[in-house]
Amino acid sequence: MTDTAQLIDIRHLSVAYRFDGQINQAVRNVSFQVARGETVAIVGESGSGKSTMANAILGLLPDNAAITGGELHVDGHDLGHAGEREKRRIRGSTIGLVPQDPMVGLNPTLRIGRQIAEALIQAHGRRYPAVNADVLELLQQVGLDRPVLRARQYPHELSGGMRQRVLIAIALAGNPRLIIADEPTSALDVTVQRKILDHLQRLVAERGISLVIITHDLGVATDRADRVLVMNKGELVEQGPPQQILIAPRHAYTRALIAAAPAFGQRKSPATVRPVASSDTPLLTLSNIGKTYRLPYVKGEDADFQALQDVNFKVYPGQTLAIVGESGSGKSTVLRIALGLEKPTHGRVQLDGQDVTDLGWREFRPLRRRIQLVQQNPFAALDPRFTLFESIVEPLVSFGLLKGRELEQAARRLIERVQLPVAYLDRLPRELSGGQRQRIAIARALALQPDLLLLDEPVSALDVSVQAQILDLLVELQAESGIAYVLVSHDLAVVASVAHQVLVLKHGKTVEQGLAEDVFARPQAAYTQELIAAIPGRRLELQTGTH
Amino acid sequence: MSRYILSRIAQALLVLWGAYSVTYFILYLLPGDSLSIMLSASGVEIDSLSAQDLAKAKLYYGLDRGIFEQYVDLLWGALHGDFGNSLTLNRPVSELLIERLPQTLSLAGLAIVLSLIGGTGLAYLTAYVRWQPLKVALSRLPSLGFSVPVFWMGLLFIQLFAFTLGWFPATGNQGFSSLILPAVTLAIPSAAVYAQVLQRGFHGVWKEPYIITAYAKGLTRAQVQARHAFKNAALPLLTLIGLQVGNTVSGAVLVETIFARSGVGRLAQEAVLRQDIPVVLAIVTVSAAAFVVVNLIVDLLYPALDPRIAHTPKVS
Amino acid sequence: MTIFDNRLARLTRLVDPSQNLPGKNAPAVQWQRRSSLSRAMEAARPLLRRPGFLLAVAMVAFALLAALAPNLLSSYAPYATSPADKLAAPNAAHWFGTDELGRDLYTRVVHGSSVSVQAALLAVGIAMLGGLSLGVISGFAGGRIDAVIMRLIDVLLALPGLLLALAIVTAIGFGTLPVAIAVGVGIIPGFARTTRAEVLRVKTLPYVEAARLGGASWTRTLLRHILPNAWGPVAVLATLDFGAAILATAGLSFLGFGAEPPAAEWGTLIANGRHFLITAPWVSLLPGLFVVGVVFSFNHIARTLEETQR
Repeated sequence: MTDTAQLIDIRHLSVAYRFDGQINQAVRNVSFQVARGETVAIVGESGSGKSTMANAILGLLPDNAAITGGELHVDGHDLGHAGEREKRRIRGSTIGLVPQDPMVGLNPTLRIGRQIAEALIQAHGRRYPAVNADVLELLQQVGLDRPVLRARQYPHELSGGMRQRVLIAIALAGNPRLIIADEPTSALDVTVQRKILDHLQRLVAERGISLVIITHDLGVATDRADRVLVMNKGELVEQGPPQQILIAPRHAYTRALIAAAPAFGQRKSPATVRPVASSDTPLLTLSNIGKTYRLPYVKGEDADFQALQDVNFKVYPGQTLAIVGESGSGKSTVLRIALGLEKPTHGRVQLDGQDVTDLGWREFRPLRRRIQLVQQNPFAALDPRFTLFESIVEPLVSFGLLKGRELEQAARRLIERVQLPVAYLDRLPRELSGGQRQRIAIARALALQPDLLLLDEPVSALDVSVQAQILDLLVELQAESGIAYVLVSHDLAVVASVAHQVLVLKHGKTVEQGLAEDVFARPQAAYTQELIAAIPGRRLELQTGTH
Repeated sequence: MSRYILSRIAQALLVLWGAYSVTYFILYLLPGDSLSIMLSASGVEIDSLSAQDLAKAKLYYGLDRGIFEQYVDLLWGALHGDFGNSLTLNRPVSELLIERLPQTLSLAGLAIVLSLIGGTGLAYLTAYVRWQPLKVALSRLPSLGFSVPVFWMGLLFIQLFAFTLGWFPATGNQGFSSLILPAVTLAIPSAAVYAQVLQRGFHGVWKEPYIITAYAKGLTRAQVQARHAFKNAALPLLTLIGLQVGNTVSGAVLVETIFARSGVGRLAQEAVLRQDIPVVLAIVTVSAAAFVVVNLIVDLLYPALDPRIAHTPKVS
Repeated sequence: MTIFDNRLARLTRLVDPSQNLPGKNAPAVQWQRRSSLSRAMEAARPLLRRPGFLLAVAMVAFALLAALAPNLLSSYAPYATSPADKLAAPNAAHWFGTDELGRDLYTRVVHGSSVSVQAALLAVGIAMLGGLSLGVISGFAGGRIDAVIMRLIDVLLALPGLLLALAIVTAIGFGTLPVAIAVGVGIIPGFARTTRAEVLRVKTLPYVEAARLGGASWTRTLLRHILPNAWGPVAVLATLDFGAAILATAGLSFLGFGAEPPAAEWGTLIANGRHFLITAPWVSLLPGLFVVGVVFSFNHIARTLEETQR
C-alpha cells in the first residue's frame, strides 16, 4: 500500500539504456522512499546509476533509455507510466532541479531575470503582473546582493557561486515539494560550496521541501543528509543514517568507499620526514617570487594583476610539498615558474643550487631531466595518436638517450612501475580510463628518472576510489626512489595523506606555511581554518569526536 | 568602444585596398602583353598597327607610364568613382555599373531573404522532428543542396516551371514574376550552407546543460527549442551571412547568364569573354567593397546578439 | 569485401593478443607494435558496412576510373559525330541520348570526367599547398606573422571565388589549366583558416606542453604532435572542396572559359544543351545529374569521415 506521507516512493525500479544495439542496465531493482521534508543523499561513483535515477524521477530520461520495471511514484503521481504531458506538469512545480555545473547551466544569451521569470511564469501558468517583484525577491532569498543589478546581468558576468545561487532560485521558483541537487558541489571552490549548501539547506528546511542530493562525495553526503543511499553499478547497496553508514557499514563497497575517501580513510601519515642535514641542498628553491601580469587597459580596473606575491619555499629530496589554494590563488602559476614556462617578475628560482631564473629555453633543457610535470587533465595529457609505448618513451627519445631494444625494456619497466599490464603498451589513450591515463602520464614523467616531480591537481578529475589508488602509487614511488614532489591541489583532504610540508595560498599570497602535521592540527591563519572546516565529512568527526 | 569601431573600419579599408591591388596585379601585370589584350578587346588587331599607332595606343590606354604610376592613377580614379571606359562598349564603366546594379541588387536581395528563410526553416524542422528516419533524411538535404551546380539547377527550373508548367517566364527582366525563378536558384546554395550550420548548431546546443535546466522548468520541447536552443544555435549564422555575400555575387554571374537578365553578373561574363579589363576590375572591386561593408556591419552587430562578446581588448 | 577481410585477418594474426599480468614470468612477455596502417584499416571496417558510404565510394571510383581510363567504360568515340542520330532520347544504344551532332552523350560525359577530375585535383592541390603552408606558419608562429597572413587571407576572401577566377582567366587566357589555377587560388582561404584554427587548438593542448617539457624540440613537436592531430578537419575539407572544385570548374566552362570545343568538359556539355532545352532537355540535364551524383558522393564521404573523427 502506498504510504501517502512519502513524497517519493520507488519500488524495484529498473532503467536501461539502448545503445548501438546493446542494452545497458543502468539501474537495477532499486527501492527507497523519501519522506516530506527529508534530505536524502545518493552517493556513487561514475557509472553507479545515480544520475540516471535523478533523470528518471524528473522524467527527463533520454530517448534511448526506458524504465524497464518497477514503480516510481512522486507526490502520488505514477511517473513510471505517465505521459509526457503529466511529467511536464510535475517538473518545475512539484520537482525542481539544481543542475550540476553552474558555469554552463544557464542560457548564456538571456538575462538572469528573464530566466528566473520564465520559471515563475511556467509555474503560474501564464504571465502575471507581480512577476518582476517575485524575481527580485527570489534573488534576495538565495543570497545575491543587488538583485536589481543581477536581474539585468548575463550569466557570464557572474561568478560560479552566484550562478549556482541563480540556479537554486530557478529551482525554487515553482514552489516545488522536492528539489534534486545534482552534484551541487563539484564545480566550485570548497569554501564557496559550503556557503551555498548551507544556504540551500536552510531554504529547504524553511519551506519543508525534500532534498535529494546526488553526489560522488561521501563527505558531502554524510554532512548534510538525514539518510545516505549508496549506489554501485546500478544497485542500491546500502542505505541508512550517516552515523550508521560511517561507523558500521554493512556492505563491502561502502567500506571500500569510506576507506578511499580522503576525508575518512586512514590518514596515512607520510613516512617520517628525513631529518634535513645542514649540508643538504634543497632541490628546488623559490625565493621572494612575485608575478604580475599587465592587463590591457580597461576603464575602472587595475592595470596590473598580481598573480603571486612574495612566495618562498624549499623542497628537499624525498619530500612532498603541497601547495593548497582555491581557484585564482596562483598555485598553478607557481608550478609554471618552477618549470621555467613563465618568468617571475621578482625573485629567484634555484634548481639544486643553480640559479635558473633567467635561463633561456635551450639552456634550461638539460635540466629538464631532473624536474618533470604531471598535468591536471589526464584526458588531454596524452597525444591521442600515440600508442602508450610512444607516449611513455617520448622523453627518452627526445633526449636521444636510448634506442631499440633498450627503449622497449625501459617502457616495460616504467609501465610495470605504475602497475599496469605490459600488454597495454600497444593501446591508444582512448581505450583507457582516466585513472589509467594518469598512471601513464606518471610513467612518462618518470622516464627520465627525475629528482623532482611537479603534480598539478593530479587527482581532481578522477573518481574517489581511483584518487586513492593514484595517491597510494605516488607514495609508494616516493618510498622506492626517493623522488621529491610538489603537489598542487585545491582539496585539503587529498593533500593530508601525502604531504610533509604544506603551503596555503590565497590570491597569490602565502597565508600559512609549515609542516603538514602542524598546519592541520593547529592552523594559525583564519583562511586555513576555514579551508579545513569546509572539508566535507568533518561534521560527524567533530560531533562524535572520532579520529 | 569607438576605438574599436575605428580600428575595424581601418582594417576593412585595408582589406578593400588589398583586394583592389591584388585584382589590379592579376589583370594588368599577370598577362604577358596587356596592350594586345586591350587592343583585341577593342576589336583592333595588334599586328595591323604601325609603330606610331602602337605608341599612340599605349598613350591612350595609359600603358606608357610606369607600373606604379598607372596603379596610382587608376586607384585615384577608382576612389572617385571613375573606373575608366569599357573597351568593348566604349562607355564609362561607372555608367554601365549604375545601369545594371539595381537588377542584381534586387535579385541578390530576394535570394538572401529566401535563403535565410529556407535554410533556417529546414534546420529548425530537422531539429524539431524526433522520428529518426525523417530526421536523417532532412539532415542530408543541405548536402544535396551544395552538390548541385547552380547553373544546372537553373536550367532544370526553367525546363520544369517555365516550359513544362508555364508558371513563370523563362528569361528576361520584366516584372516580379521573372525574378522568382532566378532568386530561388540563387538562394539554394546559400540556404544549404545556412541549413547545415544551423543544424550543427542545434545538434551541439541540444546537449548543453542549460537545455536540461530549461526542461526542468516544465517547458515543452517546442518552447525549449524556440527560446533557448535557437538563439544560441543561430549565433554563427550572422558571420556566415557576411561570408555568403561572396558566394551570392558569384552565383549571380551564373544565374543572370542563364536567365538572361541584364545585371552586373552578366556584364561580368561578357566582359571576361571579351577581355574587357577595366570592366572586370571595376566589378571585382565593387563586389569586394560589398563584401567588406557587409562583414563590417556583421562584426559590429555581433555583440548585440551574443552578450559574451564585448568589444574590449582581450586578456591573453 | 572479401579482399579486405582476408588482409585484415592476416594482419591481426600478427598481433599477439595474449595478455600478461604483472608478476607473471617477466621475460616471456610479448607485445607487438601494431603499425598505424593496420590500425587505420581496423577503423575503416565498420564504415564498409554502411550502404550509403559504399555507394558514394563506388560513384567516386567510377568517376576516377572514367578520368583515368575512359575507354574502358565506353566504346564510342567522344568526338565522333553522327548527324543521323542527332538529339536522340536516351535509349538502349545511347544511355544518355545524343547531342545535336549525334555524339553519344554518355561517352562525352565519361571523357569529360578526365578533364574535370584533373582540373579539380590540380585546384585542390594548389589550394592545399598554399593554404596548408600559410595556415601552419600562421598558427605556429603567431604574433605579427599571424596577423599579416590573416590579413592576406581576408583580402583573398573579399574577392568572390568566381570573380577572382574570372579575373585570373581574363589575364592568363581560357582553358582548363587557367581555370584550375583560378579555382585553386580561390579555395586557399578555407584551407588556410581551417589549418590555422587546428594548429592553434592543438598547440595549446597539454600533451604538446608535456612533449616540450620532456625535451622535444619545436620541430619534433610540430611534425609528430601538431600536424598529425591538426590534419583531421583538413582532410574533411579537402574532400569537400574536391566536390566544390568540380562545381567551380564546371561553372567556368559553362560560362565559356573552359577548354575549346569539341572538348567534353562537363560544364561545356551543359552549356551546349541550353539551346535544346525545350526539345531535348536530356542534353543538359543528364550530364548535370551525373555531376550532382559525383559531387554528392564526395560530400557524403567527407561527412562520414568527419563523423568518424568526432
